[in-house]
Amino acid sequence: MSGTNDDADGKDDPVGGVRAAAEQLWEEDAVKLLGLILGIFALYLVGGALLDFGARQQVNLLANLFFYIGVFAMLALALNLHWGYTGLFNIGVIGFMAIGIYTTAVLAKEPALTEPAAGSIGGFGLPLWLAIIGGVLAAAAFGGLVALPALRLRADYFAIVTVGVSEIVRFTVLESDFQKMQIAGYFVGLGGGSGLILDFDPTDDLLEALGLLEPYTAFTESAGAALSLGSNPKPVFDSLLYGLILLVFLIGFYVLLRRVGNSPFGRVLKAIREDEEATQSLGKNTRRFKITAFMFGCALMGLGGILFFAVQGAITPSAFRPRLTFFVWIALIIGGAGSTTGSVMGGAIFAAFLFRGPLFIKNVVQQNVDSDAVDTFGQAVSPLISGLDPFPMLLFITDNLQQLQLVIMGLVLIYLMHNRPEGMLGHRKEEASTISLNRPERSTDSPGATPATDGGEPVDGGDTDE
Amino acid sequence: MEVIPMSDTGAGVETNAPDADVEIDEAEAHDSEVEEAAKHTPRGVPLRVEGLRKEFGGIVAVDGADFAVEEGSLTGLIGPNGAGKSTTFNCITGVHEPTDGAVHFRGEEISGMSPDSVANRGLVRTFQIARELEEMTVLENMMLAPKGQTGESLWRSVLPGLRSGIMGEERKILEDCWEMLDFFEIDHLAHEYAGNLSGGQRKLLELARALMTDPTMLLLDEPFAGVNPSLEERLLEHVHELREEGYTFLIVEHDMDLIMENCEHVIVMHQGRMLTEGTPEEVQSNEQVIEAYLGGEVE
Repeated sequence: MSGTNDDADGKDDPVGGVRAAAEQLWEEDAVKLLGLILGIFALYLVGGALLDFGARQQVNLLANLFFYIGVFAMLALALNLHWGYTGLFNIGVIGFMAIGIYTTAVLAKEPALTEPAAGSIGGFGLPLWLAIIGGVLAAAAFGGLVALPALRLRADYFAIVTVGVSEIVRFTVLESDFQKMQIAGYFVGLGGGSGLILDFDPTDDLLEALGLLEPYTAFTESAGAALSLGSNPKPVFDSLLYGLILLVFLIGFYVLLRRVGNSPFGRVLKAIREDEEATQSLGKNTRRFKITAFMFGCALMGLGGILFFAVQGAITPSAFRPRLTFFVWIALIIGGAGSTTGSVMGGAIFAAFLFRGPLFIKNVVQQNVDSDAVDTFGQAVSPLISGLDPFPMLLFITDNLQQLQLVIMGLVLIYLMHNRPEGMLGHRKEEASTISLNRPERSTDSPGATPATDGGEPVDGGDTDE
Repeated sequence: MEVIPMSDTGAGVETNAPDADVEIDEAEAHDSEVEEAAKHTPRGVPLRVEGLRKEFGGIVAVDGADFAVEEGSLTGLIGPNGAGKSTTFNCITGVHEPTDGAVHFRGEEISGMSPDSVANRGLVRTFQIARELEEMTVLENMMLAPKGQTGESLWRSVLPGLRSGIMGEERKILEDCWEMLDFFEIDHLAHEYAGNLSGGQRKLLELARALMTDPTMLLLDEPFAGVNPSLEERLLEHVHELREEGYTFLIVEHDMDLIMENCEHVIVMHQGRMLTEGTPEEVQSNEQVIEAYLGGEVE
């Protein structure tokens, strides 16, 4: 991948005090993440400079990156709870995202109390924050509904159920019967094939709630002029602001899932992943844990879906094909299933290089190679063979990069599965506990239970860590 | 008479006396007295299997197993391959639901209960092939086991105020875990992945982990299979020590000699049925047992 993650390989043994070691590791991870993300931004800025991008384009580029890194990292984190921790093979991620955003949309859209014109559909007009909570809860509840029967199944059948369910969700929102209905006097619906227009603006709503909309607008005007962003700079700042909001959510996800992972709850989840029967034999009601973990992950996926689509202006069923599910899986595999930090890194790398990268390269090449467009494969190949002129081929490939994107992702996936199945960060020892598991210092006089050891010298980190 | 009913066996087992079970529960409170009392009075029967039958499709794996395990005893369950030992084990621990018959543990019928419910009642098993949670460290394996951890609730693990409460509990558990690792002399492996342990070390870990659930009775499924002689010696030592502390053991074993040397009561199964039970001497001199082990037909 990129060169920004050299430090990811050196897993240094924490030496010294217990707390210091833990803190050091934390620091390390945060540093790694920050380094990676800054590296990606730097790379894109340099690329933008090479392209003679104007300030507006550069800022847009960054905001775009921010957005995709944020959403993919969040979704990878949620999936990591399912697969990396609990071993639940969920390939229906997009279904839970769809439940989240559709519920939010229906709850938050402007109400229509009289039959609206054809093509427009109302909502319940709830405040956006309430609608988001509603969407998250709906995704969790739906997850519970799926989990109750599906978790009785073996792992592979469970996977089939999840992908099936995500398609059921898509076909349900596509269904014309649900396109428009009247519920308690409100004309609401799922919009059918033409989808729903999202008539809310998350950033404006947030600013208004904070009473900051006026000063913010004034700020965008002056800052826009200072940075020569051209006329109407507000959308640029909006997307940047949204990127920051996503960052806050991402940090929230990260902290939350680290806490889940490093807890007795997370320990049981890990144990279920390893061997469910053995876990049961230790008195753990594994079914309860699986349902809880699944619902919690679904809630996070629902939130991820809301954050992903809330700023798109509209949602249509075609956006909820299983494709996105597999993108999230690729992100998770890149980062390494089971590692919280790895999930974020995987999300960032996927978004920057596999998802947005090809488009960017296409722009770079097209801008810098002076040649006519090549329409067919034949036109691209013949100059290469006859005149050893690679440019038509290069142009042809870059022109079709978007279509080739999936091929590239597939190749990367195959490469990773063969050469680095444990993900970028490699095998990590993230011990599932709220506390450091080193020998407590005070327990030298261990009572009872015949301490028949040869001294049992304290293991202060690193004597068995490898 | 092929099957000797358990009421015919010696050792003063009180089979059908529910009040005996109640007495044990009270005796539980004072562990040290249990041993003392056990030497003089007929001991209680924590585990009783009655008419246990398990069919898989048309195959009858266990055909009417009847036996009881005495409090504080080291009881062996032996039999040749396919005798139905493991199925009996699985029926007791809730992995399989018996087709017929009942399993009582401390006065409560546990047949048909889920494995976790059985374990939470203090009847904990180990597996024939040690089932470590390989991608977890030895300590994580140990920390997993204690039952009733409040931190096993998602909300308590996540919410700031509640989380700090868990950490105190975790410290206590951690201390116990280290103590147990010391006892089994595998403390030097504490931070090792369980998957990297040798076969024998895994067996030690599995026993240690089972003990962390604070059981009263342990079911060991071939605990000595694939363990080298010196480690076997150690494992046996631990089992004897633990028994003296008041734990009850039921051990399924292939190795006849091992059982005869270590168990005080032996149950023999053959072709899904109980062949006989009694002291090692009694069992060893039983012709049917000899025949079964030499591969002869039992009529």
